[in-house]
Amino acid sequence: MNMILPSSVSATPNGTTRPQVRIVIVGHVDHGKSTLVGRLLHETGSLPEGKLEMLKAVSARRGMPFEWSFLLDALQTERDQGITIDTTQIRFRTRSRDVVLIDAPGHAEFLRNMITGASQADGAVLIIDALEGVRDQTRRHGYLLHLLGIKQVAIVVNKMDRVDFSADRFKAISDEISAHLIGLGVTPSAVIPISARDGDGVAERTPRISWYQGPCVVEALDALEPARPLEQLALRLPVQAIYKFDDRRIVAGRIESGHLSAGDEIVIMPAGKIAKIKTVESWPVTPLHGSHSAGRSVGITLDRELFIERGDVIAHAGATPRDTRRIRARIFWLHDKPLAKGDQVLVRLGTRESRAQVVAIEKAVDPGELSNAETTSIARNHVGEIDLSLAQPVAADPYQDNPRTGRLVIEVNGRIAGGGLVLSVEAGQRAVPIDIVPVESALRPEERSARYRHNGAVIWLTGLPGSGKSTLARALERRLFSRGGSPILLDGDTLRAGLNNDLGFSPQDRSENIRRLAEVATHLARNGHVAIVAAVSPAIADRAAARRIADAAFREIHVAAPAEVCESRDPKGHYAKARAGTLPSFTGITNDYQPPLECELKLDTSTRTVADATDAIERMLAETGVLFDELVDLAANI
Amino acid sequence: MHLLNSESGGAGPQPTALTEASTVPKIFGGQPLPPPSILAEGRLPPPSMDHLDELEAQSIYILREAFARLKKLALLWSLGKDSNVMIWLARKAFFGRVPFPALHVDTGKKFPEMYAFRDRFGKEWELDLKVEPCPPIDAVDPTLPPAARSAARKTEGLKWALTKYGFDGLIAGIRRDEEATRAKERVFSPRGIEGGWDVRDQPPEFWDHFNASPPQGAHLRIHPILHWTEADIWAYTKRENIPIIPLYLSKDGKRYRSLGDQDITNPVASTASSIDEILIELDATKVPERAGRALDHETEDAFERLRVAGYL
Ligand SMILES: Nc1nc2c(ncn2[C@@H]2O[C@H](COP(=O)(O)OP(=O)(O)OP(=O)(O)O)[C@@H](O)[C@H]2O)c(=O)[nH]1
Ligand SMILES: [Mg+2]
Repeated sequence: MNMILPSSVSATPNGTTRPQVRIVIVGHVDHGKSTLVGRLLHETGSLPEGKLEMLKAVSARRGMPFEWSFLLDALQTERDQGITIDTTQIRFRTRSRDVVLIDAPGHAEFLRNMITGASQADGAVLIIDALEGVRDQTRRHGYLLHLLGIKQVAIVVNKMDRVDFSADRFKAISDEISAHLIGLGVTPSAVIPISARDGDGVAERTPRISWYQGPCVVEALDALEPARPLEQLALRLPVQAIYKFDDRRIVAGRIESGHLSAGDEIVIMPAGKIAKIKTVESWPVTPLHGSHSAGRSVGITLDRELFIERGDVIAHAGATPRDTRRIRARIFWLHDKPLAKGDQVLVRLGTRESRAQVVAIEKAVDPGELSNAETTSIARNHVGEIDLSLAQPVAADPYQDNPRTGRLVIEVNGRIAGGGLVLSVEAGQRAVPIDIVPVESALRPEERSARYRHNGAVIWLTGLPGSGKSTLARALERRLFSRGGSPILLDGDTLRAGLNNDLGFSPQDRSENIRRLAEVATHLARNGHVAIVAAVSPAIADRAAARRIADAAFREIHVAAPAEVCESRDPKGHYAKARAGTLPSFTGITNDYQPPLECELKLDTSTRTVADATDAIERMLAETGVLFDELVDLAANI
Repeated sequence: MHLLNSESGGAGPQPTALTEASTVPKIFGGQPLPPPSILAEGRLPPPSMDHLDELEAQSIYILREAFARLKKLALLWSLGKDSNVMIWLARKAFFGRVPFPALHVDTGKKFPEMYAFRDRFGKEWELDLKVEPCPPIDAVDPTLPPAARSAARKTEGLKWALTKYGFDGLIAGIRRDEEATRAKERVFSPRGIEGGWDVRDQPPEFWDHFNASPPQGAHLRIHPILHWTEADIWAYTKRENIPIIPLYLSKDGKRYRSLGDQDITNPVASTASSIDEILIELDATKVPERAGRALDHETEDAFERLRVAGYL
């Protein structure tokens, strides 16, 4: 039977109305995944012109009989070694739909690539060699399908030609794998005996498998449903970015679940601020009306100015995600170094990233062997349950409530190292303050800038201890005050004496110190003052976080004197103490200061006078719109 | 009967699997995660987005991720149908304005129609257009077959531009359905310091979380339309009314399906003189899209070698 439609009959040449389903082929190494894909393409008449001849030539060149797997195993090393290394995708059509077939490697070495492929699938075909039977990668892939949330699985028992098409052998394997999957909560939709190499059971039931009554592979694929966007669930819009390309301030992101319209009352999590959606922006036509639902990439404007940043999640009032710093997750681990209790990692949840610590490892299992491994760490290609403590609050849902937002990724050294499902979140002590409405100032920003002849700003002086930050900050404060402005000095050390006296000098505490400085400074800037922050702030990431908080008001100045000069100045005697070993976490002699790659201004205080440097800052502030030079400008402003 | 499906009972022996489930060693104390409640709720109403809407939304998501996570981006504008769609998507993602340069690595051997298109729409779309030349052919690996060697000039031009501007991300309009090694690409694809592609060690990428931290001095390729097909490109071009170079439409029984350098690109036999006709033709054809690109066919590994060295 031929499931492929003669193409001339296709009513929709543009392919826009046919459903598309993505199916991944998984299973143990060499059990015939790539061969099945090649054969499926052939049986359904989907191979492009010249492909068959090309495969023949490629096989012959390697002295091999015809190899279907070479269709997908396109890399030279894959062909030379006869093994799939990386996942790939190819398309064909059945009577009812467009199928994207995702071929995955079976070798344990390339499990990360199998996950990359399988994570994109709506359904899966798990393939088992009839002679070899269920192997460790068969079980591991089965388990990972479950963790990846793939519920539709068809089983294929391949290489039936190698067991003389034995119905008994087929039944034994079928029973074993079905039981295994059902134990994982997955019921296979079909179990099919085939020979991928010869074509039996692929597009039709051949006489050699006459004892089998179920569907052939093409029919089984036709029964798998495309995943649907989660329109029925509560609204979740993780914020990707805030754009201010023109006078609109657009909050951009993709709706992961639910829907939204202009006029909706929303809550911005995890902070719990409330606002109303003013408009839904688009291009070329804008604004858009009506309801926008899961799957759309949108841009919205809000009815009030409030601080919102990448990583926040927009939800409807009364149906918000939880605000938490503690998450329990079931994860798979792909990194060479096992994940251990106490490890510092980076967690990505939606568009939020947060540093995190693994505070507990509850379970660790090798899903290939079904043996409980040691529970102090999770080895590569194993799975486990862990508790994470996050450095900053995040908005999270358990996977049970929302399969899109209830999953996370773990990064180590800038590379994805694992991922999994959020089992539960522990809401913090703090009740969700969804009824906090920031009280707005009685004065409009323009009223203040008219008086001060400047806009609100955060001037951030970063540099080594002794580089001259405080000296410059004080000179600038005097200069701005003399011209009628309202500068306010926030010195890192001064704030540590009070507001921040609960913080030490660990990287985590330093970040929190910077965050608080940035929040206070930003509040002042929003109210029209010029906040001058003088803080070593050694970490690029921390300063980037400060810039995100202060946003367009941020002006970073690198106070850059050579290290020897700073040490010789040593105004507070810190270098001397550090050299003597009595000041352990002192930035300066430990080389952990990260200079800015880009900043608004860089000043070398070893070669210029204080007055000269202050002039340069003043010029920069005028050029970047903080200071008004002319009274004429002012008139236009009133 | 091995349809393990509740509706399929009746004919044939019942699957034994269901009754034997309890003998299987259970992972995590035999507690598989119950499916999310939404999935258990049965049928959902028809989706409110069509196929092109879905493709568009995904591409916009990718472009916005790239813009949020990288410092210095450029979009590679080859002037062809794919990169024009990509520019259109970028304008959608960023509300009309492409907030990074459009880089045309110019071999100097494009069709005159292509240069005319570039000059006109670079202005009309208000692009920050950067045209970068390629080195002379003598500077390129002489062991490559002729067409591949000619194409490799473009890789060299790309490397020059990368060094000149210090981009950490290049947005490129390649698609999986074009060619078998492209089908193995990631959406965010890390490159080595020399611009090379390590196909044996690509990082995992799933659930739309991307690896966006290139090592110092290296860059990332970002592929926002990797999941589109040739037919998708045309259907979208038509729906959005995106301008195209007329060489794609049939003239004297021939048209170009893919546009490269004049000397190594050939037209295919075709009578399709409108996008609608192209779509009908694509639906029936079995000729691969890049059949007219000489460099794909010289040796088995010519294209892979080019790509590993940094070609698109
Ligand atoms: N006899 C027989 N051999 C088969 C059949 N299907 C595949 N093979 C052979 O099994 C070998 C492995 O096939 P592949 O398709 O490369 O296996 P794979 O599962 O894709 O392997 P990896 O991707 O490397 O995990 C090849 O030599 C195939 O020719 C079959 O039905 N019968
Ligand atoms: Mg394979």
